[in-house]
Amino acid sequence: MSGIEEHTDMSFVRGEMLSEAAPPRSGDGMLHWVRRNLFSSWINAIATLIAIYIVISILIPAVDFVLIDGVWQGGGRKVCLTQAQGGAQPNGWFGGCFAYVRTYFPQFIYGLYPIPQRWRVDVVFVLFFASLAPLLVPAAPFKRANIIFMLVVFPVTAFVLLTGGHVGWNGFLIAGSALGRSFPAFVVDYLILTAVIMGIAYAIVRGTQGNPKPVLLSIGVVMAVLLVLVAITAIDFGLPYVETARWGGLLVTLVIAVTGIAVSLPLGIVLALGRRSVMPIVRLFSIIFIEFWRGIPLVTVLFMASVVLPLFLPDGVNFDKLVRALVGVAMFSSAYMAEVIRGGLQAIPKGQYEGAKALGLSFWQMMGNVVLPQALKIVIPGIVNTFIGLFKDTTLVLIIGLFDFLGQIQASFSDSDWATPVQAITAYSFAAAVYFVFCFSMGQYSRYMERRLDTGHRS
Amino acid sequence: MKKTLLTAVVSAAVVFGYGLQAATAATLDDVKKKGYLQCGVSQGLPGFSSTDDKGNWSGIDVAFCRAVASAIFNDPQKVKFTPLSAKERFTALQSGDIDLLARNTTWTMSRDTQLGLNFSVVNYFDGQGFMVRKDMNISSAKQLSGASVCVNTGTTTELNLADYFRSNNMDYELVAFEKSDEVVKAYDAGRCDVYTTDKSGLYAQRLKMKDPDNNVILPETISQEPLGPVVRQGDDQWLNIVKWTHYAQLEAELYGVNSKNVDKMKSSDNPKIQRILGQEGDFGTDIGLDKDWAYNIIKDVGNYGEVFAENLGPKTELKIDRGQNALWTNGGLQYGMPIR
Repeated sequence: MSGIEEHTDMSFVRGEMLSEAAPPRSGDGMLHWVRRNLFSSWINAIATLIAIYIVISILIPAVDFVLIDGVWQGGGRKVCLTQAQGGAQPNGWFGGCFAYVRTYFPQFIYGLYPIPQRWRVDVVFVLFFASLAPLLVPAAPFKRANIIFMLVVFPVTAFVLLTGGHVGWNGFLIAGSALGRSFPAFVVDYLILTAVIMGIAYAIVRGTQGNPKPVLLSIGVVMAVLLVLVAITAIDFGLPYVETARWGGLLVTLVIAVTGIAVSLPLGIVLALGRRSVMPIVRLFSIIFIEFWRGIPLVTVLFMASVVLPLFLPDGVNFDKLVRALVGVAMFSSAYMAEVIRGGLQAIPKGQYEGAKALGLSFWQMMGNVVLPQALKIVIPGIVNTFIGLFKDTTLVLIIGLFDFLGQIQASFSDSDWATPVQAITAYSFAAAVYFVFCFSMGQYSRYMERRLDTGHRS
Repeated sequence: MKKTLLTAVVSAAVVFGYGLQAATAATLDDVKKKGYLQCGVSQGLPGFSSTDDKGNWSGIDVAFCRAVASAIFNDPQKVKFTPLSAKERFTALQSGDIDLLARNTTWTMSRDTQLGLNFSVVNYFDGQGFMVRKDMNISSAKQLSGASVCVNTGTTTELNLADYFRSNNMDYELVAFEKSDEVVKAYDAGRCDVYTTDKSGLYAQRLKMKDPDNNVILPETISQEPLGPVVRQGDDQWLNIVKWTHYAQLEAELYGVNSKNVDKMKSSDNPKIQRILGQEGDFGTDIGLDKDWAYNIIKDVGNYGEVFAENLGPKTELKIDRGQNALWTNGGLQYGMPIR
C-alpha cells in the first residue's frame, strides 16, 4: 500500500488497486473442468465418449423400465401382460411389474409372520435403528449406555418380541431329573453350574498364585446378569408364540447378518489374539478353530447344521433351524474376522508392544489401550469387507429352507396369479437395489470412519 | 482312554438309534398331542404348494395335508407347513421334524427302500413332456429329430431326454442351463426349439413366457414321475391314515360326493356312499380316527376332483387337464381302493 501512496504524484502510477478480474474462461468453470478431467487427451476423450455411451445405453432402458413402462398400480397378472399375452398392456411393452412388488412388499419384509403380530417386528426394527444411529455418530453422547443397551437390552427385547417369549426353560442337570421340567429346576441347575464354574476358576487362579476374589466376583456378576436375562425370556408377556419357521424376508436377513456381525467381531478379536498367544493350548485351539471353519464352505456348514445334526440328536432335543443357521454363520464369519484382525495385529511394530510392556501395562491393558486401537483402525476396510460378505452370504440359508429376503422373493415366483415374463426381472432388480443400499451404506460408513480415524501414520 | 472313547461311541450310537426309533413310534398320538399336523411342503411350486401375498398356502400338496388334518382333527387349519428344499426333505422326515412329507416327491424304488421311508399313494402322476412353439407345426415328439432342446443341467430330465431320443434313433442338440428361469428365458428368446421338464412344470413356466398361447405341450410323456406323500417307515397306522385319506377323496369323486352335497349325500341310499361317509360300518376307528373321518375330509377340503380343479385345473392360471390324473373310469390312473 505504502508503495502506491508514495508515488501518487506520478501520473503513470495508479491511484487505487485494480478490482479482481474474472479468471480466463478457459481456466475456470464447468467447461474447464470437463476439458481438464474428461478430454485432456484424445485417448481420454475417446474413453469418455465410450463411457457416456455405455451409461446412456443402460440408463435409458432402466428409467424406461422403472418409470415410464413400469406398472405400479393394479392387481393380478393381467396388468403386467401385453395384449398378445392376454393382458392390458400394448404389444411390445416391456416394463417392471412393480404392482407385484408392492403387493408382495410386506411378505418380502416380514415373511409369513402372522399379519396381526407384525407390529412386533416393526418395534424391533425401530429399536434397532434408533439405538444403532447414535452409536454410529461419533458426537452422540452416552456411548457406554448405548452400547450396553445394544448388546444386552436389545437382544433380549428383540428375542421376546419376535418369538413371543415365555420360553419353557428346563432343568438340565441334577435338578432336571429330580424336579422334572420346570423353571425352578432350571434355576437350581443354573446355580449348580455357576458354583462349578466358580470352583474351577478358583482352582486355576490359586494354581497360578493369583488373587481369586476379583475373578470370582466378575464371574458371579456375569452369571447373575445372564440369569436375569434368561428369566425375562421365561416371563409370559401375553404375546402369541411365533415360530421361526414363519419368519422370513428382510427380517431373517437382518437377524442373521446382525447376529453374525455382533458375534464375529468380539469372537474374531479373541481368536486373533489367541492365535498369536504364547500359550500353546490357546494357540492350538485358535488355529484349529480358525482353520476348521475357514476350510469348509458356508453351504456345507449350513447343510450339516440343518440336515446331519438332527440325525445325531436324540428325539425331543431339537434346536431351532434358525438357531442352527445363526450359530453356523457366526462361527464361520468369526474365523474370517480373526484372520483379518490378525493381519492388523501383525502390522503393529514390535516397539509398540515393548513400549507398553516397559510402562508396566498388563497384557489386557496393552492390547486394549495400545495395540488393538491401532490394529483395528488399520483393518477397518477388511472388517467391513467381511461384514458385507456376511450380509450377502445370508442368501445361502435358502438351501436349508429358511426364507431370507432373496429367498422370499424367489418363493413368490410360484404364485401363478402374478406369473408374467417380467416378474423375475422386476423382482431381481428390486432385490439388487435393496442389497445395494445396505452394502453401499456399510461401505460408505467404513470410509467415513477411516477418514475420521486417520491419524496420518502414512509416509 | 481307548475304552472311554469306545463307550462314548457306543452310547452315542444308542442315543442315535433310540432317537430314530422314538421318532417312528405312533405318529398319530404325537400329532394328537401336539394338536396340529406338521407337514413338509416345497418352497414354492405353482399348483402344488405355494403362498399368496397374504402368506396363505395353497396347492394340491397343501390340500392333501389339510385333508389329513381334517381326518384327524375335523379342522383343515390344524396343520403347520415346513417349506423344505429338495436336499433336506428326507432328513426332515427321518428326524421327526415333520409328520408327513407332501412335497411333489417322485416315488422311486431307492427312495422307498433305502431311506427308512414309505411312499403312501400317488396324488399326482407327472412325467416329462415337451413344449414347442405352435408355428413349428409339430404334433408329436416323434417329429423332433434334429431339434435343439433347452433343459436344466444335472437333472434326471437330461438323462430321460437322452434315453428317449436315443431309443427313437433321433438326433438333438442340447442347450443346458443351471436354473429353471434361465431355461425358460432361453427357450422364450428362441435359443432352442423345444423346452423339456416335468409337464406340471411346463404348464407353470408357460405363464412366464412372452406369448403363452403360442406354445403347445406335446402329448407324449417320456418318463414316470409319480408324485406322492411320504411317511416314516414302521408306523403302519399312520401310513394307513395317509393312504386312505387319498382313497377316500378318490372314492368320493367316483360316487359324486363333493364338499357341497356331502350333507345331503349322508342320507343317500347307496351303501358305498354310506360307508364312505361313516353312516354304515366303522372304518374310521380301525385307523385310529372317528367314523366321520372321510365326511370331514370331503366337507372341509373336497374330493380329489375338486382339489385338482381348484389348484391345477382349467379355471386356474395353470390350466392343466386331468390327463393321467383322471379317475380310472375316465381313462386316467387315479384308482381309489374300495372302502368296505
